[in-house]
Amino acid sequence: MTLTESSKNPEQAVFRHVIPAGEHYLFEVKKGQTLRLLDLDGNQAIDTLFYNADNPRERYDAQRTLRRQGNVYLTTGSVLWSGLGNPLLTITADTCGRHDTLGGACAQESNTVRYALDKRYMHSCRDNFLCACLHDGRLHKRDIAANINFFMNVPVTEEGGLTFEDGISAPGKYVELRAECNVIVLISNCPQLNNPCNGWNPTPAEVLVWN
Amino acid sequence: MTQLHHAATPLREETVPGGGHLSFVLKRGQILRLTDTDGGANVSMMMLNAHEKSERLNLPDTLKGQHTAKLTTGHCFYSDMGRVLTGIMADTCGWHDPFGGVLNAAETAEKYGQGRYQELRNGFYRNGMDNLLVEMGKWDLGLEDLLMVVNFFSKVSVDADGSFRFISGFSQPGSFVELYAPMDTLIVLTTLQHPMDPNPEYAPRPVQLSWFTAEDTQACENALHTRAENDRALTNTHLFAL
Repeated sequence: MTLTESSKNPEQAVFRHVIPAGEHYLFEVKKGQTLRLLDLDGNQAIDTLFYNADNPRERYDAQRTLRRQGNVYLTTGSVLWSGLGNPLLTITADTCGRHDTLGGACAQESNTVRYALDKRYMHSCRDNFLCACLHDGRLHKRDIAANINFFMNVPVTEEGGLTFEDGISAPGKYVELRAECNVIVLISNCPQLNNPCNGWNPTPAEVLVWN
Repeated sequence: MTQLHHAATPLREETVPGGGHLSFVLKRGQILRLTDTDGGANVSMMMLNAHEKSERLNLPDTLKGQHTAKLTTGHCFYSDMGRVLTGIMADTCGWHDPFGGVLNAAETAEKYGQGRYQELRNGFYRNGMDNLLVEMGKWDLGLEDLLMVVNFFSKVSVDADGSFRFISGFSQPGSFVELYAPMDTLIVLTTLQHPMDPNPEYAPRPVQLSWFTAEDTQACENALHTRAENDRALTNTHLFAL
């Protein structure tokens, strides 16, 4: 894995916001701005969806993104393509090394399948996504598709195996993305407690935006 | 020997030509067989709950719930509501791909060149995205409903560094895969080459579809009890049907 640092100074960010553990956050980034997602305490999955703010039906397309880069992991240089075949953002820096887009988001319903039927009432990313979407009004359930799990480690083997492993992230690791159009960013700072995606201890994450 | 869960005579048969698209409800208790008659076919498919179409195939949940990056006999296709839309009862291929997705019109033109209706009539170069969108539009679905699709009859493996490798010539003539529906499931499909197939010629292959009534639905479900996650997803499916 190749790590790429950024020269951007957090003091010069035009916008900063800390998302507490387990909460959602929906905001916009303008074309040309740079977004940093910062894993403050380490091993925190940041479940993220991107939409074209000028046409919210146009959203991040995981399969096109993976196919066009010919690789299953996201890192510096990855272009995040939309379902209409347009670039939404480009990853410009990454001190973690790779990020997942196959693992999806946890949901009450998928928790019943993956762990036990009585896990239904634990908090989940899909609850966060729905709550943020319905408050915003531009997005609905049908707009929620396969997301990116920044800082999450989901290795795929040549034999077709797929597992959730302990994180490869650490306190202070970050990923930066340049917006190629005006984007809606929808984040669930993952509350999952049933697997190691958050190091068994969900923690806050910070977003920073530079012009 | 592949065990079959239906009688020899199908309820219905239909051949979808290469480049075609089709949608239909696979009813609870039915089995759909897809046959790659000529070899080298590919079928891109979406699945939805026929009664509540906001409930759709969720491939990330399907993969992580079964700890797999390929799909074959014994695997279930999970919806975002934790239910089983279909499960694979039989498979002579051994691998179906969840990664490749479908090309849009621009990507198809970039790969195969221009192939317009004006010159080629019904031999024009179709693309997976538009084929699926048109078919979904017939059920009043939209762009936001086109999620990650499965590509049947295609194998894409992942190398140690994460690179994809498309396996050419994978599906042999006569290969088939069978899907059992434990709930009424809307199937939307198109028969086009896999997007990662390096063949520079537009040459999609036909696929034969055969519908059967499952002889014993409990036996079908038992065949999908390959792991505890599938048991729980089938329980969720039963609760929905109460």
